[in-house]
Amino acid sequence: MIEQRQILNQHDIELTIERLCQQLIEHHGDFKNTVIIGVQPRGTFLSNRIIAKLQSLIPNSTIESGNIDISFYRDDLMRREEPIVPEVMDMNLSVEGKNVVLIDDVLFTGRSIRSAIDALMAFGRPKSVELLTLIDRRFSRHLPIQPNYVGRTIDAIESERVIVEWKEINGKDRILMVKSE
Amino acid sequence: MSNLSVDHLLGIKYLKKSDIDLIFKTADNFKKIINQPIKKVPSLRDITIANLFFENSTRTKLSFELAEKRLSADVINFSSASSSVKKGETLLDTVNNILAMKVDIVVMRHPNPGASVFLSRNIDAKIVNAGDGAHEHPTQALLDAYSIREKYGEVEGKKVVIIGDILHSRVALSNIYCLQKLGAEVKVCGPSSLIPKHLDTLGVTHFSDLKKALEWCDVANVLRIQLERQDVNYFPSLREYSMVYGVNKEVLDSLQQEITIMHPGPINRGVELSSDVADSKHAIILDQVENGVAIRMAVLYLLAGKIKNN
Repeated sequence: MIEQRQILNQHDIELTIERLCQQLIEHHGDFKNTVIIGVQPRGTFLSNRIIAKLQSLIPNSTIESGNIDISFYRDDLMRREEPIVPEVMDMNLSVEGKNVVLIDDVLFTGRSIRSAIDALMAFGRPKSVELLTLIDRRFSRHLPIQPNYVGRTIDAIESERVIVEWKEINGKDRILMVKSE
Repeated sequence: MSNLSVDHLLGIKYLKKSDIDLIFKTADNFKKIINQPIKKVPSLRDITIANLFFENSTRTKLSFELAEKRLSADVINFSSASSSVKKGETLLDTVNNILAMKVDIVVMRHPNPGASVFLSRNIDAKIVNAGDGAHEHPTQALLDAYSIREKYGEVEGKKVVIIGDILHSRVALSNIYCLQKLGAEVKVCGPSSLIPKHLDTLGVTHFSDLKKALEWCDVANVLRIQLERQDVNYFPSLREYSMVYGVNKEVLDSLQQEITIMHPGPINRGVELSSDVADSKHAIILDQVENGVAIRMAVLYLLAGKIKNN
């Protein structure tokens, strides 16, 4: 039996993104020395929303951004059934000396973010790296990685899955918790 | 689908079109990686690869080794010139000795056709054929087709002529399989003494006139005359071969359309290809070399994904 529960609806997500953007502005001001990087594949939807929102909140700003593919930086190639199909590495920039904000939708074990940090270092030595995530599944980390900006913190057990749906691919924005028995 | 249908890369013959597409798609990503400021990725950390070259090679060996190192694999090299093979050890014994050192992938070049197929049946490691006699050289064919795809956007519908010593060429056979699987039309051109007898069973016809071949094609893949494999004389002299089948600027200028020139290297300048053609904008020979590393990274990555750790 599959049990599913909505955690955030479209309106909640909009409000959360707006709040996260305000927090980013508080820390990064005009974004002159900041780069926003979405983690492929699913972090890029959130990162696109955030960039669009930031641009409407601080008009005349140009925000440098990219999307990073972490497939080749993962450590589980020989532990998976199939290799991951890589996404586009869209990094036409250098992160040397920049403040980087990594963006992903769900923070779970922290392993993807470990890979993302590793991948990021191939594009220079950033001044700092921060992490923004829409959902933080706390108490399930395998590595000592914590987000700087969090949309919603949730407690979920191993068998539960958090699914983030985006208008662009699923028709509407919503976040679900799915429990299968 | 993100898995190859095969466990080893023994020849293009054994691949499906979907495998070739997957290798190309993966190579697209690796091509970006090798143009990054830092070109090394940790994907194959803790994988050991043995490069066994029972036959001389410079560029294939370098290309494989670079691909392996960019993937962070541990690499050991072996060449028969300085080994116990000279003392009479069998292939299986040599390889088993190397495997006892816990090797996961073997990249092998061997003078005997089918050596890599034999190995894949007898040992427990992933095998990549880096050329076996006059049989196949799959990674070369993949990088050639990939370079055509890069230049024209797709391989399907393209007309490719392979010129030169088809009889002794593993590159020609692998290229024919690969290009046909991708929907290109392939013909060959060269003196009839260097064209294998049963080529028509692969659906490949033969031009004896170079000019006609070049007028027909979009891409000409010019092969090296492999004097070291020719036990008898197949043509009167290199000079005569060059006069009849050498691709030079004069013949290219006389064509209606612009064509692309490829060569798997090493070039015998002034024999099959003149210097002004090899260095011209028609030639994508150095792109082929760059793509070779990306293709080999993709093949090794996808095969390593089939090794199960626990």
